Amino acid sequence: MIGLQEYLIVGALLFSIGVAGIFLNRKNVIIILMCIELMLLAVNTNFIAFSQALNDSAGQIFVFFILTVAAAEAAIGLAILIVLFRNLKTVDVSEIDALKG
Amino acid sequence: MPNFIPVLPEIFLLSMTCLILVADLYLGKDRKGIVYLLTQVTLVVTAIIVWAVKSTEKEVVMWGQFVNDPMSTLLNVFICLCAAIVFIYSKDYLEDREMNKGEYYVLGLFAILGMMVMVSAHTMLSVYMGLELLSLSMYAMVAFNRDNAASSEAAVKYFVLGAIASSMLLYGMSLIYGVTGSLNLAEIAQALTQPQELPTILSLGVVFIVVGIAFKLGAVPFHMWVPDVYQGAPTAVTLFIGSVPKIAAFALVMRLLVDGMSALATDWQPMLMLLVVASVAIGNVVAIAQTNIKRMLAYSTISHIGFLLLGVIAANEAGYSASMFYTIVYTLMTMGVFGLLLILSRKGFEAENINDLKGLNDRNPWYALLMLILMFSMAGVPPTVGFYAKFAVLQAVINEGFVWLAIVAVLFSVIGAFYYLRIIKMMYFDAPEDTSEISVKLDTHVVFSLNGLVILMLGLFPEKLIIWCQNSIGIG
Repeated sequence: MIGLQEYLIVGALLFSIGVAGIFLNRKNVIIILMCIELMLLAVNTNFIAFSQALNDSAGQIFVFFILTVAAAEAAIGLAILIVLFRNLKTVDVSEIDALKG
Repeated sequence: MPNFIPVLPEIFLLSMTCLILVADLYLGKDRKGIVYLLTQVTLVVTAIIVWAVKSTEKEVVMWGQFVNDPMSTLLNVFICLCAAIVFIYSKDYLEDREMNKGEYYVLGLFAILGMMVMVSAHTMLSVYMGLELLSLSMYAMVAFNRDNAASSEAAVKYFVLGAIASSMLLYGMSLIYGVTGSLNLAEIAQALTQPQELPTILSLGVVFIVVGIAFKLGAVPFHMWVPDVYQGAPTAVTLFIGSVPKIAAFALVMRLLVDGMSALATDWQPMLMLLVVASVAIGNVVAIAQTNIKRMLAYSTISHIGFLLLGVIAANEAGYSASMFYTIVYTLMTMGVFGLLLILSRKGFEAENINDLKGLNDRNPWYALLMLILMFSMAGVPPTVGFYAKFAVLQAVINEGFVWLAIVAVLFSVIGAFYYLRIIKMMYFDAPEDTSEISVKLDTHVVFSLNGLVILMLGLFPEKLIIWCQNSIGIG
């Protein structure tokens, strides 16, 4: 029987993979966008698992909102990325370093 | 029939924003002034409605999602009015650069709607929705100058770190929800007064929420995006990002940590202390090394965020109201300083370096005097209001017995006074590098003069605002 604990472990693992992916990735901004999506999905897993365990639907409703916002966020993220690519002709993380100090 | 009266300001703002969005499509290029006027009218009317529906009690409506209390009234009024002033400052700058498009105002209004939702949030869901509406609008605003490489780089950095922050905050929210079984902040507070079965998960949730908040506020060690965004964004956008959202950020702290989790104060106090010490230290020391004034002000923001959190650490009403006073004063000061940068910029020239302020006294003594007041206030020199703001938060933490914290904060703000005073020295004792005439439209001139004088007046007579802040928290 898969219980609450197992779901939470999956959520924590997904979240950690997302965070690790962002900080270890040295190549591509698009991979960072994918990692952000992974973090949000980990949160969704958590919410659904808790919602099921608590027998309370509020958590599942929150997930709908997160999914919607994540879609909007991806749209804006990709739009910004296109603007960046038009200006710099690259989406390489290591080359986005003009601002520092 | 639910009670819609307390939500009227938000409903009005949303309808007007949609109207402006559509109207902008049908207005020709030469009639963009109408969009600007509509925006200003919307903001002022929203502020009036907020004032009209104010309540002295905590009024929870919309099935527990939304609260109307004295704190939300005060913060919402300031958000609307400060945003109106920000738009007055930025109009000429945007016109000179052919960026005076309707999108700027629409995005700004959506961001303000997000802030107002956040200020009046009563569940974690509405906190999150408000926060995202604010953040998503601001990412787009930073990238507003599409052909500028620095601007788009800043937007990518802001977006990535902002999205990480939201995820952290959400993960914390999911853990808190799992332990307390509710999204409603009042019910969470209620549940937390009982001893909990899973204290570790609870603490973990608090850690994630504090990290998320720290990212959004830009407190060290989660401050990496602040200098880049301030420098890269067009100055008009930097003015917007640097001023009004700080009021909303304060509300975010109040709603989540105080309304929701005041029972866990002993958990989040030490974390905030770490953030405060790191922020005032790094912010003030690194600011000295900057030559770009926008970047310098970014580090100055970081140190001010440290002070803002100082009052929250006291974890009592006096501390919260001191923090609120600090936030409002800080917003007014930042608006003035960035307003001057916008005034000094002109077509084909950006006032971005500290050297651009050299000899301002020879070029325009009145602006130099106003900037002097603003800089003294930022540094915390009496009789400007910045002094009272710092004094109030320090008093609050000392009364709670955190004397060492107050000493650290004061020491670093003395170090920080150096770079504010350096600007004053440059304005008054150096020869100007650029002697061109400063041309300003009348409205900007009046608003900037008022802005500087308000800082001085509030410094001489701070009682009214202090008492208003105290009343809105529930003391006095």
